[in-house]
Amino acid sequence: MATKTLLQGINDALITEMERDENVVVFGEDVGINEGVFRATSDLQKKFGKKRAYSTPLTESGIIGAAAGMSLYGLRPVPEIQFADFIYPAFDQIVSEVAKFRFRSGGQYPCPMVIRTPYGGGIRGGLYHSQSPEAYFTHTPGLQVVIPSTPSDAKGLLASAIRGDDPVIFMEPKKIYRSLKGDVPEGDYTVPIGPARIAKHGTDVSLFCYGAMVPVCETAAEKAKEKLGVDVEIVDLRTLYPMDEKSIIESVEKTGRALVVYEAPKTCGYGSEVAALIAERALDSLEAPVVRVGGFDTPFPYTLEKIYVPDALRVFLAIQDVVNYA
Amino acid sequence: MTPTMSKPKKSNDSKSLPEGFTPEQLLKLYRNMVTIRAFDQRQLNLQRSGRIGFCVVSTGEEAVQAAVTAALNDTDWLFPYYRQHGMLLCRGASVESLANQLYGNDQDHAMARQMPVHYTDKEKHFVSLSSVIGTHLIHAVGAAMAAQYKGDDTVMATFIGDGGTSSNDFHSALTFAGVYKPPVVMYIINNKYAISHPVSEQCGAESLHIKGEGYGVPSVKVDGNDVIAVYEASKNAADKARRGEGPTLIECETYRMGAHSSSDDPTRYRSQDEMDEAAKKDPVTRFANQLKNWGLLDDVADKTLWDEIETMVVDQTNEAEKHGEPAWETLFDDVYAKVPESLARQRDELMARESDFPRENEGEFPL
Repeated sequence: MATKTLLQGINDALITEMERDENVVVFGEDVGINEGVFRATSDLQKKFGKKRAYSTPLTESGIIGAAAGMSLYGLRPVPEIQFADFIYPAFDQIVSEVAKFRFRSGGQYPCPMVIRTPYGGGIRGGLYHSQSPEAYFTHTPGLQVVIPSTPSDAKGLLASAIRGDDPVIFMEPKKIYRSLKGDVPEGDYTVPIGPARIAKHGTDVSLFCYGAMVPVCETAAEKAKEKLGVDVEIVDLRTLYPMDEKSIIESVEKTGRALVVYEAPKTCGYGSEVAALIAERALDSLEAPVVRVGGFDTPFPYTLEKIYVPDALRVFLAIQDVVNYA
Repeated sequence: MTPTMSKPKKSNDSKSLPEGFTPEQLLKLYRNMVTIRAFDQRQLNLQRSGRIGFCVVSTGEEAVQAAVTAALNDTDWLFPYYRQHGMLLCRGASVESLANQLYGNDQDHAMARQMPVHYTDKEKHFVSLSSVIGTHLIHAVGAAMAAQYKGDDTVMATFIGDGGTSSNDFHSALTFAGVYKPPVVMYIINNKYAISHPVSEQCGAESLHIKGEGYGVPSVKVDGNDVIAVYEASKNAADKARRGEGPTLIECETYRMGAHSSSDDPTRYRSQDEMDEAAKKDPVTRFANQLKNWGLLDDVADKTLWDEIETMVVDQTNEAEKHGEPAWETLFDDVYAKVPESLARQRDELMARESDFPRENEGEFPL
């Protein structure tokens, strides 16, 4: 075990998987000599050469379209989209092509790849360096969507994604890229895609979250214990699709109260799906309405970012509302 | 070689004034270039001392910005990308108004919604820009089609870096421009780098401007560090567009003397020698020397000008720093023409609890 940041966990997975499988190639804007604008691709070009780790021209649809062709021919491309906000020029390639190749070819042409992209607020990035577009992709059949919140999950989930047989949108919470440290197993290490992680066991209320909202929920849970005597369970969903329905339902059956916390605009965000699942499958267990704590239904602002992204206080107040519901 | 594929023009370094310019025009071009350079230096200082969060400077690209705005009418529209704030200054926007945007205060034209350097100024016909690369090029073409439709004589000018010539909408823009021949001038500001990626690995063609030819858009290449050459190419293209003779693509060859942004470290990917070599072609120094050759400037006058402009820049950025942040409820405006009921409810719930959120102690948990 070594103590690493989430960013180092990602870098570790890339290096480990490139060593393990020569078909793994990494490319995207500035990922070569510059090693990525966040340095997620540190040392890749040095270790594996320009043939396997390189910068591309500035065309996201080109990056993903080329990755699709490589994948069809048997490589395991791990393209990077520099910010999730810039994924939309590649949206057509992802949604129309990559996601549908397996299905439309009767399984003859699967198109596995891992599209890595930093997402979310917290770096004062305004409209175009802060977005959380996960719901567009969880709404697209054929794609897996994964968001780690710890350094070891970052490594283990990315390794599983690269070894998997389906295309994965691997979204990285850039706010906690460097701020969060944890033990990461050395060498070959995977965390299966699918199961959620119980980040904290509790009995009174369930908090469902992912990515950079996990540490926010952990702080809110500590405060809820301290100020309200409420024992919060935190479920880090970490694989958004396929969704771990069982873990969600079991937690709600235990606590009877549920909140979903996410950064994206509240309406039709991923939390809405979690809330709907609970309404369909665990209504009889509920003692209070399911509450979504999300971003507001506005584009992501610059100066007012601090009120836009849910923080521990907003989550705490929402927990208070849910617990006090008569 | 076709006439539209001209070589870079030789710079005008002779003793005689360039044809068609008055001394006042030339000195104004220089004043604008100095203002851009001084503003960029101030931005860097403010960013390094933590007074603004982020900045992008256009050091090395002053000639293009000064020349284009001088050649166009002030009523022509600009569809810029993120390294062209100098054009706003050239059109008379105050340093304070730009600084309001950098500080993200309540005086910003766009209510501090965008991160620094993403300006909007309708009065100066400087169209709101996004960080997404290349998307605005086709907007300029569409606006030009609209001007053509209405019979107006407004010309649209739009700009993209060397990296942006790989973007989807560079292709879309040239496709439409070639077919409909609207009054648009498209500029490629080839500053040699897309963040860390050199232009030699961005495009397999010998030159970027030749991309226009394939779409039927007449294309030229000029020395982007030569303010007179850029002016002349721009004037020719704008006049042609205004006469109804269609679009032009102009590649301005220059060099990004600074980092991509305050978040970037160019020593990771280019050599000091290369940067030193490029600095010798600094367009501001070069034009100052030309003006001195022409007898329009001497060292004393140059220093007086710099001192005056630097003082103005410091004073006006300090003014901007005095303003506070926009009111919270402004976040919910302008998402739609009229705030929808569900969004109004989000706003009202937030505002009802504003007192629960004492943000002065940010980082601390107030309850």
